[in-house]
Amino acid sequence: MTKEYETVIGLEVHVELATKTKIFCACSTAFGSAPNTHTCPVCTGMPGSLPVLNKKVVEYAMAVGVATNCEINQYSKFDRKNYFYPDNPQNYQISQLYLPICHDGGVEIETAAGKKTVGIHEIHMEEDAGKLVHDDWEDVSLVDYNRSGVPLIEIVSEPDMRSADEVIAYLEKLRMIIQYLGASDCKMQEGSMRADVNLSVREKGAEQFGTRTEMKNIGSFKAIARAIEAETARQIDIIESGEKVVQETRRWNDEQGYSYAMRSKEDAQDYRYFPEPDLVPIVISDEWLQQIKDNQPELRDEKLARYESEFGLPEYDAQILTSEKKLADLFEATTKLCEKPKKVSNWLMGETMRLLKEHEMDAADLKFSPANLAKLIEMTEAGTINGSVAKEVFEQIFASDVDPESYVEEHGLKSDNDEDALRATIEQIVKDNPQSVEDYHNGKEKAIGFLVGQTMKATKGKANPGIVNKILKEIL
Amino acid sequence: MNLLSLTAVELGKKIKAHEVTVEEATRAALDAIHKKEDKINSFVTVDEEGALARAKEVQKGIDDGTYTGPLAGVPVAIKDNMCTKGLLTTCSSKILYNFLPTYTAEAVINLEKAGAVIIGKTNMDEFAMGSTTETSAFGATKNPWNTEHVPGGSSGGSCAAVAAEECYYALGSDTGGSIRQPSSFCGVTGIKPTYGTVSRYGLIAYGSSLDQIGPVAKDVTDCATILEIITSYDKKDSTSVKREDTDFTSALVDDVKGMKIGIPRDYLGEGLDPEVKDAILAAAKKLEEKGAIVEEFDLSLVEYAIPAYYVIAAAEASSNLARFDGVKYGYRTEQYEGLHNMYKKSRSEGFGPEVKRRIMLGSFVLSSGYYDAYYLKALRTKALIKQAFDKAFAKYDVIIGPAAPTTAPKLGESLSDPLKMYLGDVYTVSVNLAGLPGITVPCGQDSKGLPIGLQLIGDCFKEKNIIRAAYSFEQTREYKHSPVAEA
Repeated sequence: MTKEYETVIGLEVHVELATKTKIFCACSTAFGSAPNTHTCPVCTGMPGSLPVLNKKVVEYAMAVGVATNCEINQYSKFDRKNYFYPDNPQNYQISQLYLPICHDGGVEIETAAGKKTVGIHEIHMEEDAGKLVHDDWEDVSLVDYNRSGVPLIEIVSEPDMRSADEVIAYLEKLRMIIQYLGASDCKMQEGSMRADVNLSVREKGAEQFGTRTEMKNIGSFKAIARAIEAETARQIDIIESGEKVVQETRRWNDEQGYSYAMRSKEDAQDYRYFPEPDLVPIVISDEWLQQIKDNQPELRDEKLARYESEFGLPEYDAQILTSEKKLADLFEATTKLCEKPKKVSNWLMGETMRLLKEHEMDAADLKFSPANLAKLIEMTEAGTINGSVAKEVFEQIFASDVDPESYVEEHGLKSDNDEDALRATIEQIVKDNPQSVEDYHNGKEKAIGFLVGQTMKATKGKANPGIVNKILKEIL
Repeated sequence: MNLLSLTAVELGKKIKAHEVTVEEATRAALDAIHKKEDKINSFVTVDEEGALARAKEVQKGIDDGTYTGPLAGVPVAIKDNMCTKGLLTTCSSKILYNFLPTYTAEAVINLEKAGAVIIGKTNMDEFAMGSTTETSAFGATKNPWNTEHVPGGSSGGSCAAVAAEECYYALGSDTGGSIRQPSSFCGVTGIKPTYGTVSRYGLIAYGSSLDQIGPVAKDVTDCATILEIITSYDKKDSTSVKREDTDFTSALVDDVKGMKIGIPRDYLGEGLDPEVKDAILAAAKKLEEKGAIVEEFDLSLVEYAIPAYYVIAAAEASSNLARFDGVKYGYRTEQYEGLHNMYKKSRSEGFGPEVKRRIMLGSFVLSSGYYDAYYLKALRTKALIKQAFDKAFAKYDVIIGPAAPTTAPKLGESLSDPLKMYLGDVYTVSVNLAGLPGITVPCGQDSKGLPIGLQLIGDCFKEKNIIRAAYSFEQTREYKHSPVAEA
C-alpha cells in the first residue's frame, strides 16, 4: 500500500510598492522608460552617495502589516545583504533582517477544504535590483538601473499551506488586501508581485517537516499551481525511492513543466548581513501608527458585506465586484452617479467581463470613466437608446471612454420614439406579411417576433422594441 | 611677502581688503606646489587650469559682493576621497585611477559657496586605510619636517600640504584618527567634529559609522572658521544632525579659567614615547597655569578600543568597497573570462595589500558563525566605550592626551608590521567609536625636531570646549613653520 503524503508550503512574496519615487532617492519608479533614465548617484551606487529613506515606503509597509494582522515593530532597522551581481550597483542590497517592520500576523483564507489562517512570519522593506539585458548580437550584457531602488516589501509566510489551492487563495487574499490599500497594483506578469515557493513533503501525521526546496520567481498563479504539483510529485518520488530530498534552490520552467536545481544549500551564499550604518533606525510613534490604522481603507470583506446590505446586491454580484479593487471602485463611483446599483452591477459583470476576456485584459487595465457608464445606463432607462444600441455604445466606452450622448448623436442611434411614424411603418409591414398575421391569429405567438424583427430592420435598429410590440398588438 | 606663510583667515582678510587678488593667492599656491611636490608628494591631482579659472570667478564674486565670508578666495586642497564633479577622485587607489565623479561632496559644496578655490586633491592612504600615507597607489607622501619620515595618515597629503605650505588649508577625513594623527606628525592643527556634524554625502566611505570630514590648517582660528563653513544639516545624509550651536568661531577665546580638564592615566602609560609624554604634560601644565583644573583620571576600556575599531571599520569597509568591481567605473582588468573572473581580477589588481587585508578581515568578522563573536561584540564594546566617555564628561569639560604614541616614524617602518601600525591608533580610535569631537594642536618637538601634537577631546556637540582650550593653549607658543615651508 502506498503511503499518504502531505505537502507543506511557505511563501516569500515580493511586492513592488506604488510609491512615486524610489526607496532611497528621489528618482521616479515609472515602469517602461528608456534604460538608465530614472537614475542618480544613489541608485547607481556611485562612490560617496548615501541612502535616505522614503517615508511613504514605511507607511505602505505599516498599512500592509496592519491589514494582515501583524505586530508593528515601532523600532526597526535596515541591514545590508552583501552579494556580488551587476544588477546590484553597490554589491549589497539594503534590506531588513534583524528587526523587520512587521511580524507575527496572518490572514484567513477559504478553499474547498474550508477556512484556515495562514500565518505571516514577517514583512520587511528592501530595495529592488536593476535589470540585466543580454545583447546576444554584440555578446555583451548591459545593466538598466531604472528598477534599482524601487521599493519592495517581502511578506514571509509561515509554512502553513498544504495545497496549491491554499497557496492561490493566500496569494489572492494578499493581492486583494494590497490592491485595496493602494500599496501596489500587484501585477504578476509585470513583476510587481513575485512569489518564491518553499515546499517540502512529509508522511501524513508526521510531526517533523521534510527537507524543503525553494522555487524562485514564478510568474503567474497558474504556473505556481503547476510548479507545486510537479515539485510535490518529484519529492514524493525521491522519498519513495528511498533517497533524500536535497535542500536547494530550484528554477521552475513553466513551458517545459519541470524545475531544475540552481544551487544547493552547500553553495548557499553567506550574505554577511550587518546593520546599515548609513541609515538611522526607523522609529514609529504611537501617533503615526494610529494615523495609519485610522486611514486604512475599507478592505474586501467589509465591502462585500456592505454591497449586500447597502445596495441589496446578491452575494454572487458582490463577490465578483469586490474581487478586483478596480471593479469595486467603478461600481461605487457609477452607482453614486446613477443610483441604480443592480444595473451598474449588470454592466460590470456582463459586458465588461465579456470584453475583458475577449481582449485578454485585467480589470486593473479598465480605463473608462464612471460618468460615461452612468450616462449610458440613464439613456437606456429613459428609452433614449435600446438595449442592442446600448451594447454597441458600451463597446466604444470600453475601448476609448467615449461620451455616450455625443456618440449616439453623431451616429444617429437614438431610438425612434415617434409613435405615428412608427405606426405607419408597422402598418405597412403588417400589410406586406399577411401570412405572419394569419399565423398570429391562428395562435402562433412566435409570428409576432418575426414582425418585430422586420420593423427593427426597417428602422435600422433604432425603434424601441417595447413600443413596437405594443403597436403591433394594437394593430393585430 | 610669502603668502603661503599666512593662515587662511589672514589671507582671507587681505583678499577682502584688496591687498591680494584671488589669482595671486592661487598662483602662489600653484608655484609652491611646483617647487615642493618632488620632495613631498602631497597631491594626487593639481587642478591648475580649473583653479585659475575659478580664481577669476571668485574674484568677481568678491568684488560684486556675492562672496563675503572670511575664506572667500582662499585656495584649498581637498583629500582625494571627497567627490569633486569632473575632477579626478581616486582615494589614492588604482581601482579609481580614472574616476570622474558626477557630483560634488556636500562639504566641498559648502566651501565653494563660501568662495573657495579648489587647487587640487591630496594624497592619502588608499581608501583612508593606513596611518602613514604610504599605502597610496601613487607613492608615499613625505613629512615636511623630515622627508625621511612619514606624514602620518590617512590624511597625510592634506596635513603635509598645509605644513609644507603648498596650500593655505585643507580638508581631511577622520575614521580612526586620520586627521588628528597626521596633524600631530606634521605640526599642524586639525579637527575631527562630532559624528553627524559635517555631511558625509560625497565622502567615499571607509567606515560609515565612524567617518567625519574635518579641517586641517595652521591654527585653531582657521580650523574653527573652516568647520563653521563646512558644517551643515544635510537631508541627503541620514546621519546628519541638525545643530544650532555651530558658531564655532565664538569659542576662539583665550580663557580656560575653571575649565575642568582630565588626562586619562592610561594614555600616559606603557608604549608612550617619553619625549611625547613630556610635551603633553608640559602642555597640561600651561593650561593649568592659565587657570584650568587639570587632573589625571582612569578612563576604562582603553585597551579595547583598537580591537573594537578594527573590527567595526573593517566590517563596514568590506561592504562599502564592494561596489568597486570593474563594472560601472574605475579600473577593470584587461583580460578575463566571464563575470566572476572579471570581478576577481579587477579587485585583485585594483586594490593594494592594506585594503585587501581589511576587506578580508571585515568579511571574516561578518561571516556567519563569527558575526556574534566579533562584530556584535565589537558593537557592544563601542557602546561601553561611549559610556566610559559619558562618565568622564560628567566630570571634565575636556580630555587631553597625545594623538599618537610617538612622533612620525621613518618611511617603510610601519608597512612591515601592520599590527604595530594599528596599535599606534590607540589614542584616536576611541574618539571615533564614541562619535566625539577631537582636535590636535602642535605642542612641541622631539629631539629629532619632529612635531608633537596635543589632542583635546570633547563631549558630543561640545566642539566649543575643545576649540576654546586649544585656542588658549595655542596662545602660549609660536606657530613653527616646517623646514620645507621655509625653504
